[in-house]
Amino acid sequence: MNYQAYIIEQVKRFFITVGDVSYFTGRFFKEVVSRPVEFQEFVKQCYMVGYKSLPLVATTSLIMGMVLTLQTRPTLVDFGAVSLMPSMVGISIVREIGPVITALICAGKVGSGIGAELGSMRVTEQIDAMEVSGTNPFKYLVVTRILATTITLPILVVLGDTVGLTGSFIVENIKGSVSFTLFFNLVFDYLSYGDLLPSIIKSFFFGFAIGVIGCYKGYNAQRGTAGVGLAANSAVVITSMLLFFIDFLAVLVADIFYEL
Amino acid sequence: MLSDESHKKNGQQKIIEVVQLHKELSGNPVLNGFDMSLYDGECLVVIGKSGAGKTVMIRCLVGLMTVDSGSVSILGKSIPDLDQSQLDHLRLDIGFLFQGSALYDSMSVRENLEFPLRRLRKEYADKDAVDHMVRDALASVGLEHAIDLMPSELSGGMKRRIALARTLILRPQIIFYDEPTTGLDPITAKEIIKLIKDIQVKYKTSSLIITHDLNIAKLISDRVVILVDGQNYAEGTYKELAAAGDPVIKAFF
Repeated sequence: MNYQAYIIEQVKRFFITVGDVSYFTGRFFKEVVSRPVEFQEFVKQCYMVGYKSLPLVATTSLIMGMVLTLQTRPTLVDFGAVSLMPSMVGISIVREIGPVITALICAGKVGSGIGAELGSMRVTEQIDAMEVSGTNPFKYLVVTRILATTITLPILVVLGDTVGLTGSFIVENIKGSVSFTLFFNLVFDYLSYGDLLPSIIKSFFFGFAIGVIGCYKGYNAQRGTAGVGLAANSAVVITSMLLFFIDFLAVLVADIFYEL
Repeated sequence: MLSDESHKKNGQQKIIEVVQLHKELSGNPVLNGFDMSLYDGECLVVIGKSGAGKTVMIRCLVGLMTVDSGSVSILGKSIPDLDQSQLDHLRLDIGFLFQGSALYDSMSVRENLEFPLRRLRKEYADKDAVDHMVRDALASVGLEHAIDLMPSELSGGMKRRIALARTLILRPQIIFYDEPTTGLDPITAKEIIKLIKDIQVKYKTSSLIITHDLNIAKLISDRVVILVDGQNYAEGTYKELAAAGDPVIKAFF
């Protein structure tokens, strides 16, 4: 096998895909401001993405908050710094763990769901049927889903953060009998808008990435039912990688602002 | 509308004209200068082997695929020259029955039928009128009772009928059928063929049917086109073609 040719081919395919995704994203921005507004479908997608993901996000966040507290507490006790526990957990969850874990869960649940649903619609000609009936399938299926993920993810992150902190409080209360008011006072003493705002802003980007990649993979699915599985799978894999990349960029940018 | 005498046959106007249509897929030529015409009120059946380019041809006609070269004109409008909104407007006059029915599986039968009306919200704001249209279209295919079922609850034949009802809801002038009997048992296939014929008479539509089922050509076609290697190899009535001595044509009969 000619490895050089193989590598060149892979690099070429990568840039073609990047170009395709960019065009797809550009089309989203073009369609999102044009009429008609598919409000009903948008609300339905918000319900599917947001409300239906809430139990999973809440459960994961609760356990995450508890585990984080259980793992960190012994070390802080050794150093006599257990009073810093709420603020440390608060900053960790709000700044980093909450948004990333919530986004990863949504990439798995929502991203794969969108990829599979649109992929299935593509291979069974349902998207073509929409187009022939004069409905713009991109606007009806893609724009509504990307908007829904972009808007609902920050809301899920805030709810996930709250549940995560509650989980931390439960463990801290059992182990050290701290009151609810004191725990959350200590959390908010150390939290500032500088922690909250970048976290919320990057959540919008996370939601946007989940929507774009899920829709792109599903909308362009090919090769029958195997293509549907591939669309769902690659939507999760690519989105997960992209989330970490966005997170890295977001932290870099936030650091610049902290230093100013 | 067309008025030129050259666009008429037995007093019927030419409503679809395809001239020298070329289309390649992944570098392989699928259509090599395909020519075809459909006249008002006519039922034209295009037959060809699997992979002959029938589906590609019909998809080029409705603008689901772009053409490489050649001209496609429907109701006097050149499809490659239309922008999206003009194409959408023209599609009001065209119905399309997909091979796999293509019902929206997350919607009920009622919602499937209402879907094509949603872009005409202003015209169809009255819910009772819409309900009447949906029930009328379902009555045309004999499935009024299925109005609240989901596609997953329907048999293959029922799905095909519902899909046909969905194409009828906007009262199109032309209906394209992509392999309408594929995957159906012989009895259901005959029912669908009869239904296509009844609809053509009742709604005065023109039909373009692509298939490899000779029964359709035999039972309801006014004219048959044989598609071989991406070209219009022969055309005529079913009887004329069935009597032809050409071995390529004979192979179909």
